[in-house]
Amino acid sequence: MNNPLTFTFALALGDDALIAAQRLAEWATRAPEMEEDIALANIALDQLGAARLLLSYAGELEGAGRDEDALAFLRDDREFRNCLLVELPNGDFAMTMAKLLVLSAYQLPLYTALAGCADERLAAIGGKARKESAYHLDHAALWVKRLGDGTEESHRRMQAGIDQVWPYAHELFVAQPQAPVDPATLRGEFDDTVSAVLAEATLTVPESGWAPGGGRDGVHTEDLSYLLAEMQVLHRAHPGARW
Amino acid sequence: MYGSDFPGEDAPGGLLGEVEAAEAALRSAAARDREVAGPDTDLADHFAEIVAADQKIEPRDWMPEAYRRTLIRQIAQHAHSEIIGMQPEGNWISRAPSLKRKAILLAKVQDEAGHGLYLYAAAETLGISRDELVDMLLEGRQKYSSIFNYPTLTWADVGAIGWLVDGAAIVNQVPLCRCSYGPYARAMIRVCKEESFHQRQGYEILHTLAHGTPAQQAMAQDAVDRWWYPSLAMFGPPDGDSTHSARSMAWKIKRFSNDELRQRFVDMCVGQAEVLGLTIPDPELRWNDERQAYDFTQPDYAELMRVISGDGPCNRQRMDHRRRAHHEGAWVREAAAAYAAKQASREKVAA
Repeated sequence: MNNPLTFTFALALGDDALIAAQRLAEWATRAPEMEEDIALANIALDQLGAARLLLSYAGELEGAGRDEDALAFLRDDREFRNCLLVELPNGDFAMTMAKLLVLSAYQLPLYTALAGCADERLAAIGGKARKESAYHLDHAALWVKRLGDGTEESHRRMQAGIDQVWPYAHELFVAQPQAPVDPATLRGEFDDTVSAVLAEATLTVPESGWAPGGGRDGVHTEDLSYLLAEMQVLHRAHPGARW
Repeated sequence: MYGSDFPGEDAPGGLLGEVEAAEAALRSAAARDREVAGPDTDLADHFAEIVAADQKIEPRDWMPEAYRRTLIRQIAQHAHSEIIGMQPEGNWISRAPSLKRKAILLAKVQDEAGHGLYLYAAAETLGISRDELVDMLLEGRQKYSSIFNYPTLTWADVGAIGWLVDGAAIVNQVPLCRCSYGPYARAMIRVCKEESFHQRQGYEILHTLAHGTPAQQAMAQDAVDRWWYPSLAMFGPPDGDSTHSARSMAWKIKRFSNDELRQRFVDMCVGQAEVLGLTIPDPELRWNDERQAYDFTQPDYAELMRVISGDGPCNRQRMDHRRRAHHEGAWVREAAAAYAAKQASREKVAA
């Protein structure tokens, strides 16, 4: 392998996007409004598009002949490198929006930094994906404000969603000084973005010392294996088939 | 990538050609001066003249109450069908066998939501709200196409729905591009263009399966076996039993009879099935030289009536799913309304 660090990095980002797409797509036909059905499918499609570019590139870097589908459908959960945040079940709409807020407030500065990195392929992917992330962040922020500052029930649910999701943000910014972009450098912008949204939404930033992690090393929650079982079942039932 | 292995539809005179011709006719009708109704005009005569001249009735025009009701019913049922129709295909998004297929399917289901919204908006031009129409769907007072009450059991069903169900929908909808009611005609032009793309995607899924492993071929044939007759039934009961047809024809809402459209669909499918290498499950299917059309076995209309009346395999499941999504989203819609009201009053104070 030419560049194992870049491979691991591209794989982790590709897995983040793929698992996020899989979870968001679960909302199809279930969203609280028909317009939201379209919006969530749109965001899922963006994530899936980024996942395909990143996994294809990871496969090329690896040089072992694995394409995007081999990486998506033929790895087990211990081989996935996504953060735990994206594999968490959707919960209610408030929790889904809390997940999307944290994810997009992380992906936007990440892809923006990536757009200026030395690796041309990653830079091109970052340049494309950051525009989409800006829209995802805008969409999530708007809903977090609506729900936080909406009714009593929606406020309660939105705060609960943020409380559930918040500890999983820690893992996103663990330092990787050798990576094309060191995530630790993105934490400040993330905190600024999210705390401004939460303040306007009349929500409080949770205080928790719990910082679950392990996704980047392939140690996941119990949920990921079920997600993969569903995602991979058909592909694996027909080894070598073309679709 | 979907062009070369796809037989005939897009040749001149094909379905997409007809959509484009309808669009051109719509533009030229709009360019012709339409007689304006004055204070002394007989409104019913004026309506009849516009329809006779193949011009469009627009929301501001007077129209017979029954015309308005017929259109509301038909457009709403069409919108409901798009929304309920997301479920059988949505069933395979999570398990699509490649990332490319997953993306295509997700985009397709998203398109259907878009068609639903577009059609609800067309119905709203007739003086009814989307909320009222959605309530009628949820309370079972309005129907959706019965085809969506069949289950999608394998991945090949996604292909069969694209090829046969979307194909039948297009055959049904292409003439509606010339419907006398302007907003519906314009909606249909746009919807038909996207549906024709969906049909190609479905056809391509089946083509890949039919040229794949023996298990994939069997999956494709099984799907065609299960979806063929329900697709034929999508054109509705035979002409003799169709309740609304004659009046809708006179109003130029409908242009061809159920049986004419069904025949057109069968004639279109036969050649495509041959290219696919799949068998249409009808031993009576053969070319009739005299009629210049294929003879075929009619679908089981008693089954169609059972499914319409609520006893298809998935009627309860589809409605439960829609009601649950609506019910579980209520707090979100309430919050959005409360937030909007707060914002509006803040702006007032600020002003």
